[in-house]
Amino acid sequence: MTSLPEFLKELFESWPLLGILPVWFYSIVAIFGLLFLFLFPFAGVAVYVERKIAGDIQARIGPNVVGPYGILQWIADALKLLLKEDIIPTNADKKLFILSPMLIFISGACAYAVIPFADNVILANLNIGIFYLLAITSMVTLGLILGGWASNNKWSLLGGLRAAAQVVSYEIPVALSILTVVLVTGTLDMAQIVKMQGPFYWNIFHNPFLFISACIYYIAALAEANRTPFDIPEADSELVSGYNTEYSGMRFAIFFLIEYAECFIICAVATTLFLGGWHLPFFDLSSLTLGLRIPLQIMVFMTKSILLLLTMMWIRWTLPRYRVDQLMKLCWEVFVPFSFACLIGTAFWMVLFKGKGIPELILGLFVS
Amino acid sequence: MTSYDSLFYVFAAVTIIPAIVTVFHPNILYAALSLFGSFFGVAGIYVLLGADFIAATQVLIYVGGILVLILFAVMLSKNIYGMTFQDEKKKKILPTLFGILLLGFLIKLITTVHWNTTLSEEGPLPTTAALGNLLLTEYLLPFELASVLLLAALIGAIILARSK
Amino acid sequence: MVPLILLVGRYLRPANPDPKKLSTYECGELPKGNSWVQFNLRFYVIAILFLIFDVEIAFMFPVAVTFRQWVTSSQAKGVLIFSEIILFIAILLIGFVYAWTKGDFEWIKGLQKKQIDPRFRGDDLK
Repeated sequence: MTSLPEFLKELFESWPLLGILPVWFYSIVAIFGLLFLFLFPFAGVAVYVERKIAGDIQARIGPNVVGPYGILQWIADALKLLLKEDIIPTNADKKLFILSPMLIFISGACAYAVIPFADNVILANLNIGIFYLLAITSMVTLGLILGGWASNNKWSLLGGLRAAAQVVSYEIPVALSILTVVLVTGTLDMAQIVKMQGPFYWNIFHNPFLFISACIYYIAALAEANRTPFDIPEADSELVSGYNTEYSGMRFAIFFLIEYAECFIICAVATTLFLGGWHLPFFDLSSLTLGLRIPLQIMVFMTKSILLLLTMMWIRWTLPRYRVDQLMKLCWEVFVPFSFACLIGTAFWMVLFKGKGIPELILGLFVS
Repeated sequence: MTSYDSLFYVFAAVTIIPAIVTVFHPNILYAALSLFGSFFGVAGIYVLLGADFIAATQVLIYVGGILVLILFAVMLSKNIYGMTFQDEKKKKILPTLFGILLLGFLIKLITTVHWNTTLSEEGPLPTTAALGNLLLTEYLLPFELASVLLLAALIGAIILARSK
Repeated sequence: MVPLILLVGRYLRPANPDPKKLSTYECGELPKGNSWVQFNLRFYVIAILFLIFDVEIAFMFPVAVTFRQWVTSSQAKGVLIFSEIILFIAILLIGFVYAWTKGDFEWIKGLQKKQIDPRFRGDDLK
C-alpha cells in the first residue's frame, strides 16, 4: 500500500521531465493540491449548500442574487472576508491573537493527510493513521482557549473555556468509538481499515454494538466540532459570549473555514471507519483499470461523506440547541457509559464469534 | 552530518529553547504556553527514533490534556499576573546545590548508558502491535497496575476538588 | 519514511493579503471591570477527568490493535485477552461510578450557569 506522493511518482516514472523528481516534490505538490484545490473550494461550496438547505428547511429561498441560483455567493463572501480590515483590539494579546487561528488551521489541515479518498490516494499512509487523527484534533482545544483569552474580553474567555471543556469532554466518546472499530479491524492504518471492509463487510454491520458505536461517534464528533445542537460556544444568537467575537476578516474566515473542514473530516472518518470507505457494495472495484477505478472510488467515497455532511446540515437546522449543563451531562452520563458498553460488547462478540461479523456469519450459513 | 542528524538538532532546539523560556519568562501564561513547543519537539524526537505510536500519544496526552489543564489553572486564577517568582537572595543556595547535584547525576546517566540513537537499517517499523503484545504478555502486571494508578489519581483529584 | 511524513505534514499558513488601513484603536468592547473571572472548579475537574480517561484510552489502543490477532488465533487466547481488557476497564469504571454517584457530573455546568447567566435561573426544575 503506497501513499499518494509515491503513487504519483510511479505514475510519472516514464515521463521525460517529471520522472526524475524525488518523492518529496510530489508530496509538496499533493499537499498544495489538496489544500487549494480541495479544502478551500469545498469549504466554500459547503457554506453555500448549507445556506441553501437552511433556506429550504426554513421555507425561504436562501442566497440567489450572486450568480445563477446564488452559486457564486461563497466567492463573494470569501472576497469580502479577505478584503476586510484586520482589527486587533488594543488590549488584546497580539501574539496569541494571531497564534490561535493558526493553531486551529494547522490542526484542521493536518488531519486531511490521512483521509483515504481511494485506493492509494491517501496523502500520508501512516501506520498510526487514526490515532494520529485523534492526536491532531486534540490540538483544537488549545486554539479555542487561546482564542478566548487573547481577546482580553471576559466573555470571550469564558466562552472559549466552555468551548474547550465541551470539546475535551466529547473527545472521550469519540476516542472510545474509534477504539471499538480498532478492536474489530486490528490496525490503525486508515487505508488498511478500508481495505478490510471488503465489498460489503462494512464495519457498521459487523455487530449491533458497532452500529450503536457509529451513532455515538457521529453525534459526539458533532459536539466536538461545536456544531448543530451543541453549538453554544459560537451560537449566532448568543455571540456576545462567543470566543470569536473579536475576530474579523481573514482570521474569522479561518475559524469559519476550519469548522466546515472539520465537519468534512468527521464525515470522512465516519465513512472510512464505519461505512466501508471507497468500497461500492457488491462490486469488486479492483478489477477495473487504473483510470476508471480511482475516479470511481473517489466518487463513492465523496458520495458517502457528502451524504453524511448533508445529514449534519439537516440536523443543524432542525434541532434546537442544548444548554451547556445539559450538554455536559449528556456527554458524561449517556455517551461515555454507552461507549464503554459498546466496547465491552464488541470485545465479547469478537471472542464469541472469533472475529466474524454479521455479514460473514450470514454468508457462512449459505456457503456451508 | 546527514539530514537525519540535522533534523535531530532542529527538534532538540525546538525542545530546549521553549523549555528555557518556560523557566525564565516572567509572564506565567507565556511560560505555560512555551511548553507546547517543548512537547512537540519531544514528539518529533520520538518520530526520529521510529516510535510512531509514542509520538502521537505524546501529542494527544501532553498537548491535548496536560497543557489544557495547566492553561485552565493559569487562566482561572485571579491575580496570577501580579505574582512574580523571584525569591530573595538567601533562598537560592540550597536549590542551586540541589540543581547542580541533579545535573551531575543526569550527566553521568547520559554518558554511561548505551542509548539507541539511530533507526535500524530497514527504517521505522510499526510499533503499535508490538507494544500491544508486550503489554499483554510480559508487562501485564504494569498494565493492570497502571489502571489502579489512574483510579487513584481520579479519586484523589475528585476528593481534592470537593474539599475546596 | 512513513512516520516522517507526519512532520512534513501540512504546516502551511495561507498567504494573508491584508490591505491594512490604519487600524482603529477603539474597537474592543469596554469591559465593566478588570478582566478576571471567578475561579470555577468545574473546568478543572472536567480537565482532570478527561486526562485520566485519555490516558486510559491511550493504553487501550495498542491492546486493541493486537486484539483481533489474538482472538482469531485461538479461543483460549481470546478469552484471556478479553479478561485482561475487562479488568483494566473495570478498575477505571469503579472510579467513573464513584464520580457519578458523588454528583460530580450532575451540576457540572449548572453551578457555573447560575453564577454567570441570571436569565436561566428559572430553569432548574430538577
